[in-house]
Amino acid sequence: MGGHSPAHYVRIWVILCVLLVVSIAGPELGIPIVTLITAFGIAFVKAYLVCKHFMHLDTERPIVRYILITSLMFMLLFFAAVSPDVLNHNGMRWENQAAKAAVIHGMAVGDHGGGHGDEHHGEDHAGDHHGDEHADDHGDGHDDGHHEEAAEEH
Amino acid sequence: MSEAAVHPDGHEHDHHDHEMTFVEKWIFPLDHKYIGKQYLFTGMVMALFGGFLAYAFRMQLAWPGTDIPLFGHMSPAEYNAAVTNHGTIMIFWVAMPVLIAAFGNFLIPLMVGADDMVFPRLNRLSYQVFLLSAIVIVASLFVPGGGFGGAWTAYPPLSAVAAYNLTPQGSTMWLLAVALEFIAFLIGGINFITTAMNSRAPGMTWEKVPMVVWMICIASILFMASVGPLMAGAVMLLFDQTIGTGFFDPARGGDPILWQHLFWFFGHPEVYVVLLPATGMVAEIVPTFARKKLFGYKTVLFTAIGTGVLSFFVWAHHQFIAGIDPRMANVFTITTVLISIPIAEMMFLYIATLYGGSIRFTTPMLWALGFIFAFLIGGVTGIPLGASGADIYFHDSYFVIAHFHFTFFPIAFIGTFAGLTYWYPKMFGRMMNETLGKIHFWGTMISFHCLFIPMFVLGLAGQHRRIYDFTNFPELGVPFLQDIRVFCTSALLVLLAFQFVFLYNFIVSMFRGEKASENPWNANTLEWATPSPPGHGNFKEFPNVYRGPYEYSVPDRESDFWPQHHPA
Amino acid sequence: MASQYTVAHQRSATGIPTSKLALWWLLCSEIVIFGGVLASYLMFRLTHPEWSFDASHTNTMAGSINTFVLLTSSLFAVLAHHAAEMKDGPKAARYLMMTFGGGLLFLIIKGFEWSFEISHGYTITASRFWSFYYTAAGIHASHVIAGMIIMLWVANTARKGKDLHRVENVGLYWHFVDLVWIFLFPLLYIAK
Repeated sequence: MGGHSPAHYVRIWVILCVLLVVSIAGPELGIPIVTLITAFGIAFVKAYLVCKHFMHLDTERPIVRYILITSLMFMLLFFAAVSPDVLNHNGMRWENQAAKAAVIHGMAVGDHGGGHGDEHHGEDHAGDHHGDEHADDHGDGHDDGHHEEAAEEH
Repeated sequence: MSEAAVHPDGHEHDHHDHEMTFVEKWIFPLDHKYIGKQYLFTGMVMALFGGFLAYAFRMQLAWPGTDIPLFGHMSPAEYNAAVTNHGTIMIFWVAMPVLIAAFGNFLIPLMVGADDMVFPRLNRLSYQVFLLSAIVIVASLFVPGGGFGGAWTAYPPLSAVAAYNLTPQGSTMWLLAVALEFIAFLIGGINFITTAMNSRAPGMTWEKVPMVVWMICIASILFMASVGPLMAGAVMLLFDQTIGTGFFDPARGGDPILWQHLFWFFGHPEVYVVLLPATGMVAEIVPTFARKKLFGYKTVLFTAIGTGVLSFFVWAHHQFIAGIDPRMANVFTITTVLISIPIAEMMFLYIATLYGGSIRFTTPMLWALGFIFAFLIGGVTGIPLGASGADIYFHDSYFVIAHFHFTFFPIAFIGTFAGLTYWYPKMFGRMMNETLGKIHFWGTMISFHCLFIPMFVLGLAGQHRRIYDFTNFPELGVPFLQDIRVFCTSALLVLLAFQFVFLYNFIVSMFRGEKASENPWNANTLEWATPSPPGHGNFKEFPNVYRGPYEYSVPDRESDFWPQHHPA
Repeated sequence: MASQYTVAHQRSATGIPTSKLALWWLLCSEIVIFGGVLASYLMFRLTHPEWSFDASHTNTMAGSINTFVLLTSSLFAVLAHHAAEMKDGPKAARYLMMTFGGGLLFLIIKGFEWSFEISHGYTITASRFWSFYYTAAGIHASHVIAGMIIMLWVANTARKGKDLHRVENVGLYWHFVDLVWIFLFPLLYIAK
């Protein structure tokens, strides 16, 4: 395997060092987009170079690439699925503002579409709306109770 | 690559020539079979301990405030510690070591036709770290302040700050024990996967690998891929507890919901980590005793892989009422309901294997069928919990308790009993008593259902979990519900009593049982080609593999089985 | 002394040497551990713009030098692998010791950097940024230390010309440690 000469590795190392200088110098300019590209974009380029030339992933059996990429994908999944929740937490009670907005919006749409407010829930609606009402009641119950997190559940 | 140049035959004799001493067998074993047995015995001791904790808190629930025999009076803090550690121990120190480590260690090298694991010393290290973790978790119950009582999920801020949980040492030791246990299984898992990938006998291509080997490997991969974030989270929580950082403590700007994500990103795949080996063992047992080829080998495999992949997309269904975004809840409801499809498919394939077979109702077969039956109840009751609308009502009620015990009990006990009774002749060289085995089976199955089916009723009646004494609640303390609680506890006592039948059978058969032949069940897989029990180095002559593991009742053959290593 | 390996160890159904395959799986499990730390850090960081004030107190110069040190030690690791492929054990051991020296230099710089920061009040409990700073870099540093210990051991056997395949494996581990730092460096030091 391999077949690379030491000179080749030194060449890669020189490229990596140049990239390092760029990634330090770029953010000094203070322009956000340049910072983003030089600091993080170059990190990916450096990682690619190390993987390909130092770790020999280009000549390794494909299954190794698959298992490494799979575990990276799981981390992407973790970030992608958790961040919409955690990124929107706010304040000491870590309330999810986006979720709250969605609930308020949904309730407003429901009120207009259904043509009924909370106060005129008569017997005539019982069959259809009992379920929703019940869920709402339960949620409100939690609000009063000791569960701080329940604010946006209903 | 100098290692590959040595011919395997060269040192096969080194292994067979000497008889191992007691120390080599049990204190510092390198042989995979003894390490597997160590895991098994440790798991059994921990199961007794976890069962004792269950006995203690069930007694408190049935007869609040009375003196519990062998335990004494139970305080609320002790109750919380007992519930927490019962859950933690049963999952991490019983299900994991027995299903993955014990069976994985014992079966993988035998079933792939190798002499040992690829890294025997790493294997021993894995057990030693595991043993240390078991000692730490048991010790954590006896330190000043008592054991950790914040549930096996260890949600912060309760778990993060000693001023909240009042168990400064107990919670740190609990977390340390869990982290050590993860390290042990990461080491062990790498060993399992590498052994199954690289050390297969010549001719054993991927579609000729026995299903249980596949399942243990998929489970190890799932464990490895899911536990990482929680390892990171555990370090962060440990710093929260000991140094006073505030990663998860909202009073210091942390985010407790993040811990829930980190925990359940591991916690839900963990269910499948223990489930898959159990289904794998059922996949070995059902064809053997139905004398029929496993129906749809590749489909079973792909459903297992599909379940494994899908299990990473469902974790937030544990957090529907924790305040996650309702739009996210929609997505996770869909994925949660979807995951029942592959696993149901797998169960249907096992049932289809039975169709038209000549079924022998031996003890292992009864356990395997009991697994399918009980697990289906567990799976079906999971659907209402996975739907976010229904979960708002069911969450944190006894319905959840009943549901997950209907999944974990079949996995950790029914599945284990199936595997243990099936491979017992190979492990110890003697047969277990069939009559005692059947008494144990029916006693366990009936009392198990009597224990947990009433809990569905309790859950629907609105009984919240984690309550020390229900008589303090006017709606929950009514005689009807209290009678159900007493009934559940009585069923638990019966269930525990029947386990002593098993223990008696297990221990006595080890010395007095009928000597087992090489292949008592007329099965096909490679472990039955070795003596019972196999010596050090396993195989006298390393086998080659010519066909799949489930060639039963092949037409135009004299015997109804066709071992994998027999040339055509 | 080939019999220290089991027959199982010597088989290679996938075509990848057993110890190397196990190492790839180890790296997989490490990816998810560091992935968990970095994902948690990123989520906090994106919701707390005020952390850039804390981050401006990190020593970019020390971080840059450390990145350079690790990159260079990675070069030595791959040169050691090359020497091992040429069956030149003593040369591989020499390169491994240079890699070891790189790790040592990394830790020394880190030690000075941290003691300076701690003496100025930026301790692990000073703020959530510093908690993450010390935790993430600390987990990384523990991997550096573990890699250095293994490297000493491998260099010792390689010097005698034995078990040369281990040189590549420890090198792969070292490259991974380097890769983690490549991402930690901009996340902790540069983003301000």
